[in-house]
Amino acid sequence: MRIKSQKDFFSGLLFIVVGVAFAWGATNYKVGDAARMGPGYFPLLLGVLMAIVGIAVTFAALTVETEDGDKVGKFAWKPLFFIILSNLVFGLLLGGLPSIGLPYMGMIAAIIALTFIAALAGEEFKFKEVLILAIILAVSCYSTFIWALKLQFPAWPAFIAG
Amino acid sequence: MDLINNLSIGFGVAFTPINLLYAFVGCLLGTLIGVLPGIGPLATIAMLLPATYALPPVSALIMLAGIYYGAQYGGSTTAILVNLPGEASSVVTVIDGYQMARQGRAGPALAAAGLGSFFAGCVGTLVLAGFAVPLTEVAFKFGPAEYFSLMVLGLIGAIVLASGSILKAVGMILLGLLMGLVGTDVNSGVARFSFDIPELTDGIGFIVIGMGVFGYGEIISNLGKHESERKVFAAEVKGLMPTREDFRNMAPAVLRGTVLGSMLGILPGGGATMAAFAAYTIEKKAKMRPGEIPFGKGNIRGVAGPESANNAASQTSFIPLLTLGIPPNAVMALMVGAMTIHNIQPGPQVMTSNPELFWGLIASMWIGNAMLIVLNLPLIGIWIKLLTVPYRWLFPAIVLFCAIGVYSTNNNTFDIWMVAIFGVLGYLFIKLGIEPAPLLLGYVLGPMMEENLRRALLLSRGDWSVFVTRGLSASLLAVAVLLLVIVLLPSVKRKREEAFVEE
Repeated sequence: MRIKSQKDFFSGLLFIVVGVAFAWGATNYKVGDAARMGPGYFPLLLGVLMAIVGIAVTFAALTVETEDGDKVGKFAWKPLFFIILSNLVFGLLLGGLPSIGLPYMGMIAAIIALTFIAALAGEEFKFKEVLILAIILAVSCYSTFIWALKLQFPAWPAFIAG
Repeated sequence: MDLINNLSIGFGVAFTPINLLYAFVGCLLGTLIGVLPGIGPLATIAMLLPATYALPPVSALIMLAGIYYGAQYGGSTTAILVNLPGEASSVVTVIDGYQMARQGRAGPALAAAGLGSFFAGCVGTLVLAGFAVPLTEVAFKFGPAEYFSLMVLGLIGAIVLASGSILKAVGMILLGLLMGLVGTDVNSGVARFSFDIPELTDGIGFIVIGMGVFGYGEIISNLGKHESERKVFAAEVKGLMPTREDFRNMAPAVLRGTVLGSMLGILPGGGATMAAFAAYTIEKKAKMRPGEIPFGKGNIRGVAGPESANNAASQTSFIPLLTLGIPPNAVMALMVGAMTIHNIQPGPQVMTSNPELFWGLIASMWIGNAMLIVLNLPLIGIWIKLLTVPYRWLFPAIVLFCAIGVYSTNNNTFDIWMVAIFGVLGYLFIKLGIEPAPLLLGYVLGPMMEENLRRALLLSRGDWSVFVTRGLSASLLAVAVLLLVIVLLPSVKRKREEAFVEE
């Protein structure tokens, strides 16, 4: 059997897996009946529907001819990795991780780290340029969010702010 | 004429220099804060509410109205410029608005949003002033069965939104509905799909999904293309204002959007969002003029229609608030809070007990709208300058604003981890050729749909026929079925595919 549309085939699989997962999860809650719906009723219904849609999408992907096979194509691993990493590091530095006793480093450090890591996702990385960008972003965020809007962000590391 | 009399009382109260100043300041603050990604009207009003405590009631409400409109327009600005929908109703604006910005037509897109909103706001104000009481009766006719059917209609409409596969759009709606259910079930108090994570019992935030799927997904996909084929934004910016052709295209869209928005806004819960989605659906179905750009590729009607609908709806959503005292959405609930602080109890008696306040508020909404256009048309030039910043500097800034916006909604790093997950998902959707807009509509409607389904079937003792035996509900479902048939008809389908050949 040949996959005729790769994109649709994997979309269908995704829908089936997620639909089944939700439906299976919903059976852990009280389902009830139509007149007295439990918390599991609606999610179970939706999950089953979604799995059916997924099967239909997968089936269509195997039967309906497409011109070029609708290839998913190469994943952009580098930007994916660095953008998500920059986001995670930002959260880690901004809020710390109390569960392992990691103190927070504050918004300024988080912004600088995010800018540098995110910039690595691009094709060219000029240290000086990124440094200037990081400083501009840090200053403008500090003045907007902390100085002007008075949001409760930790700006400086825990060991300085106390 | 009562209406004119009443409106003149209102304008007499609201149209003082000092109130105009408050309206201006409100609009300015609202726009400036609302334009920050991730900070929508709700957060903006919440942040600025204390600033209005000291003002006299009418001035305070005028300033709040200004903030509200400013923040809403600010949200549309980010939606158009950087593909970040700050709130549910600007999700549709993203589809064509961002494409216009990429083609160097951000100016006309922003102007269309502003002008359309202004027109819709004016009409909405008149509707509010003239028909507030009779319209309330219409809202009363909507029982749970009708709401459920209306939402089904809305969701079917969202299928038409997607330009690719219909089945995949259905899948995304279902996924959205399911995501909306994550968190504590209002009826039983059971935390569903929360994996014992305390933060998840509150559900997944809209901002988290919007920023992750639209913002991060788009950035990663852009960076994945080689620089030579990337061309995120066209080098030259073509004009700040819409051309004559644009005006001719957008005028009917604005009209349709306004009518639709004025009607849907009356219904408590999700009125503005549904209005924006429904308006887009109608525009997409309306006949194209020769030489028009297809939808999803930067059609100005795709911006003007939904934006007008959205604004008309946010105007008429004051009707249930002022006549019944029911806040139709979270923003309105905050407005109720603001009113009670100033010793005004919203409800039917406001109109008779303090008419100058009631009509003053209505007049002030119009002033807020007018101020918005005065303020924002000159600002368009500045926003467009932002797009001339090279992408390699722009994208880290967008990532940063997403992360900060997400964090600031709850001051919780958990949301930052969640946005990372949705970022990966968003990129996966792009790779698999699935469009994310239906997901967000499903997400917004999920909890409401479940509630109304539950109530409707509880009242009918589990009898599903309640949806077709009640006249209004049956006709809504009939329209939904009709729409589905039109979409599925082979001939129409072929045309759809011609018009929206996948990239």
